[in-house]
Amino acid sequence: MPDLVVSITLFVLALLIGIEVIGKVPATLHTPLMSGANSIHGIVIVGVVIVAAEAHTPLAYVFIFLAAVLGTMNVVGGYVVTDRMLEMFKSSKPSKKDQKEGDK
Amino acid sequence: MTATPIDIVAWFVYLLAAVMFVMGLHFMNSPKTARKGNQISATGMVFAVIMAFVHLFVKGFISTTAVIVLVVGILIGAVAGVASAKKVKMTDMPQLVSVFNTVGGGAAALVALNDILTNEQLPTLVVLITAGLGIMIGSVTFTGSLIAAGKLQGVKFVKNLKLSGKSFWNVLFILLTVAAFVMLCVQPEQRLLWSVLTTVFALCYGLVFVIPIGGADMPVVISVLNACTGTAVAMSGLAIDNVALIVAGALVGAAGVTLSILMAQAMNRPLLSVLAGGFGGDNAAGGDDGVTGTMKETSADDVAVQLVYAQKVIFVPGFGLAMAQAQRELADLGELLKSRGVEVAYAIHPVAGRMPGHMNVLLAEANVPYEELVDLDDINPQFPTATISLVVGANDVTNPAARRPGTPVSGMPILDVDKSQNVVVIKRGRGKGYAGIENELYFNDNTQMLFGDAKKELQAIIASVKELIA
Repeated sequence: MPDLVVSITLFVLALLIGIEVIGKVPATLHTPLMSGANSIHGIVIVGVVIVAAEAHTPLAYVFIFLAAVLGTMNVVGGYVVTDRMLEMFKSSKPSKKDQKEGDK
Repeated sequence: MTATPIDIVAWFVYLLAAVMFVMGLHFMNSPKTARKGNQISATGMVFAVIMAFVHLFVKGFISTTAVIVLVVGILIGAVAGVASAKKVKMTDMPQLVSVFNTVGGGAAALVALNDILTNEQLPTLVVLITAGLGIMIGSVTFTGSLIAAGKLQGVKFVKNLKLSGKSFWNVLFILLTVAAFVMLCVQPEQRLLWSVLTTVFALCYGLVFVIPIGGADMPVVISVLNACTGTAVAMSGLAIDNVALIVAGALVGAAGVTLSILMAQAMNRPLLSVLAGGFGGDNAAGGDDGVTGTMKETSADDVAVQLVYAQKVIFVPGFGLAMAQAQRELADLGELLKSRGVEVAYAIHPVAGRMPGHMNVLLAEANVPYEELVDLDDINPQFPTATISLVVGANDVTNPAARRPGTPVSGMPILDVDKSQNVVVIKRGRGKGYAGIENELYFNDNTQMLFGDAKKELQAIIASVKELIA
């Protein structure tokens, strides 16, 4: 039982940290934030690897195969597309700075 | 349970990964550091996955087949993930996020199902409850997100899905799901039956939950489903007692809930009413009250003249811009005007587009610097100083009727476009917005309408601006 109590404590504290951190993200970044958070729940793949250790029935093989495909697609795709998006966010300021430096 | 050294190492690596996820989200608070944040988060994920494999090989596994199946699954998933992430158009981001939600929720439900079904011993009550919750929430997310993605993609079959008596079906499937879940906890000997029933009923609930909700409310739905996936992952984490899953799931849950509430506030509708569905759409309940006058039409050439001689121009993009894929044209026009010394800003309403912050991503893709994207509170005081506001494919978020009580949009924070000196609206047709009412802005004396496809009209404006400048 104490294990579960610790786990629930972790869950609640992590929720609070999440609310605190997310609240500070500006609206400009809400789409990448959502897709970034989306990739984080791809952590489920760790769970898939862990349960694979115990698996030895055909039913379990099917579960693990499907979960591995779905989970990996989630995590890999999520991070790649978030990076692609964030790469596009550019400031006008550095370019102005470059221009100034160029003028000098 | 006795902890071996490898268990302790694993615990700390998972903790490190969790810390990196939090740092990653923290760095998202500014566009300057956001990319680094995402990379930190991804690195944490790599650590966690490597650790899981090390753990697997050190502690041993029962069947080699399972490991082969696992690795093959991961490879297929990785290829599919990268392919979809590289190919997707930025206008289609909401669908992709929804698809990733689908697969994430599905994976969480599968992990939980596996935990209940493939153990020979009777699962403890704790496992039954947490895994049961994981199955329930994960399954709802699976079908719900799938429908959401289909609606956003405009798949005809999904769009035409209608559900009569939605309250009945919703209540029915909630009750059935909960009942099956309770039976699972009470009668663990029959766990195959009850967990399968829980899964099936929850899958059905996901369908009837999202089908009645209209396209423009999808930002909120995606965000809620994101929270659900997070929670499902955390529940699966509790079931298999893994710290990384618990913390990461909770973080995502918090992100989803926070964003959903922000979105609902931006529409001034209670979150629950958005989720109840049935808003707007075809039930255009006679909203003609108080709208008088005629719309004034204008031409692209005329708009070009006004823009070139303006002091300050505010662009107001909406979902129509994304539909027409006209973000580059808008950005080009902005550049042209800036080169003439015209002050240019983009007014971004929090629910413009099909997911939170969608417009920002589209305009970033078109190389608009993020400093020029101004949100509601900061841009509204600027409208009176704008010589001209150019509304491209935005409707309800500019309707002055929102300031009066008694209309479907009442109380919704709007962009004060009508307060600018002149307004030009580029619009596909004379149809009403999502809320199903006329936009009073279009009938104002200082408003001119330019009917047509946003991309073509913007191209025409750009062409004549170039002529004028030359």
